[in-house]
Amino acid sequence: MSDLKFSKDHEWVRAEDGSATVGISNYAQEQLGDVVYVELPEIGQKIVKGAQAAVVESVKAASEIYAPAGGEVTEINDALEDEPALVNGDPTGGGWFFKLKLDDEAELEPLMDDLAYQDYVDGLD
Amino acid sequence: MGGTNGTASGPVKTTPLYDSHVALGAKLVTFTGYAMPLHYPPGILKEHFHTRDSASLFDVSHMGQISIWGEGAAHALERLVPGDIIGLAPWSLRYSQFTNEDGGIRDDLMVTNAVGRLILVVNAACKDADFALLEAEFPGGLDIAMHPEKALIALQGPAAAAALARHAPAAAALKFMTAGAMKVAGADAMVSRSGYTGEDGFEISVYAESARHVWETLLGEPEVAPAGLGARDSLRLEAGLCLYGHDIDETTSPVEAGLLWSIGKRRRAEGGFPGAARIQDEIANGPKRRRVGILPDGRAPARENTEILNADGEAIGKITSGGFGPSAGGPVAMGYVDAAHGKIGTALGLMVRGKKLPATVVKLPFAAHRYHKDQEG
Repeated sequence: MSDLKFSKDHEWVRAEDGSATVGISNYAQEQLGDVVYVELPEIGQKIVKGAQAAVVESVKAASEIYAPAGGEVTEINDALEDEPALVNGDPTGGGWFFKLKLDDEAELEPLMDDLAYQDYVDGLD
Repeated sequence: MGGTNGTASGPVKTTPLYDSHVALGAKLVTFTGYAMPLHYPPGILKEHFHTRDSASLFDVSHMGQISIWGEGAAHALERLVPGDIIGLAPWSLRYSQFTNEDGGIRDDLMVTNAVGRLILVVNAACKDADFALLEAEFPGGLDIAMHPEKALIALQGPAAAAALARHAPAAAALKFMTAGAMKVAGADAMVSRSGYTGEDGFEISVYAESARHVWETLLGEPEVAPAGLGARDSLRLEAGLCLYGHDIDETTSPVEAGLLWSIGKRRRAEGGFPGAARIQDEIANGPKRRRVGILPDGRAPARENTEILNADGEAIGKITSGGFGPSAGGPVAMGYVDAAHGKIGTALGLMVRGKKLPATVVKLPFAAHRYHKDQEG
């Protein structure tokens, strides 16, 4: 149903031609509540899989976002600076965080597809 | 995604309004041992704005309600707090602190002169220790009681008076920091015109068995919506009000905390409360550090424990409360800086995730208080 893959840390990835767009899942934004600030990585920054890549702040708290795969940051979503609420309103669309040129596409293989992620989330509550 | 809230272990207590919170779809968290609503389905931001624009209903039944009665109750309480309790007019209330021998703060509280008894509202996390302190320090002939049989409901916001007056006409006549015994929606209640949001509003103490009726009656008013602890925190932060265990604690004195206004002239001169020596010295010579408002430049919130730097990059203090101020439209914070850097307009740095972000010392509050006082037009 969707081309997204999900990490256990609630990031999503949309992979295409060796690059990947990364954001947080609808479940994650619901848990966070109203997002008021997103700290994004810098273009050109190299990030290894599992490292902190961004920080998302809700009214209540700050949460780290980890890179679901390693690579070099090629693009960031500047729109989040003025409108962090995009993360709540459109988490898997306009609320994307950054794009990576992937070091190794195989790193995406352990990620869950839509259905597996839904099962995973259902088991959390 | 990391940094999600942990779940406290052990038996979790509930307030008399627990079933209502569940029915309203609240996101519940454990706070000082109680299952409390963090927010309802609209979320913290909407609940915050609704409080500033209309009126919100908060369950604060986790807080401790204590009464003291008998000959000399006001004199006895003055041995534990620096506030003027003897001079407290009938049906008035006053903010004060339980101080320790070092002039730090054991807890902060509201004291109401309910004619024949003093009624204290204290923090949930401190209530057992406060009660033990009162029992240990008070002479015979005074009676003290904790009131777990009572709930506490706060109705806050510019529309609070109109909404409450439909069910408690006498409430409309109260001025800020006064109280009265009255019926609310037919239930016996003590109502004070006070709160923790910077807005006009009321705190309503009722018996637990009437709590749900009063809560639901007030929620039935068109101006009123429920709000949780999340909005309560962002509202009080914008209002520049201290949160115990964060902005004030056993190490901070009332003078450092900017609470000197709560210590009357007679008490400043006479002392006679724990830690009076330090507090009187700080009144005379100034404190070594003080709580200030801090406005971060840019959009990144600076949270509690963020290190504060001076222009030379030296550490001069820490943020004690910080986050996003919805009405302020950006990040806001409070913290302690050494006295040399407490002046309004002083440029500071904040260490946020390894980066030094610029910030400025500003006058509190971030959102103007809109209390119902005599002099207001």
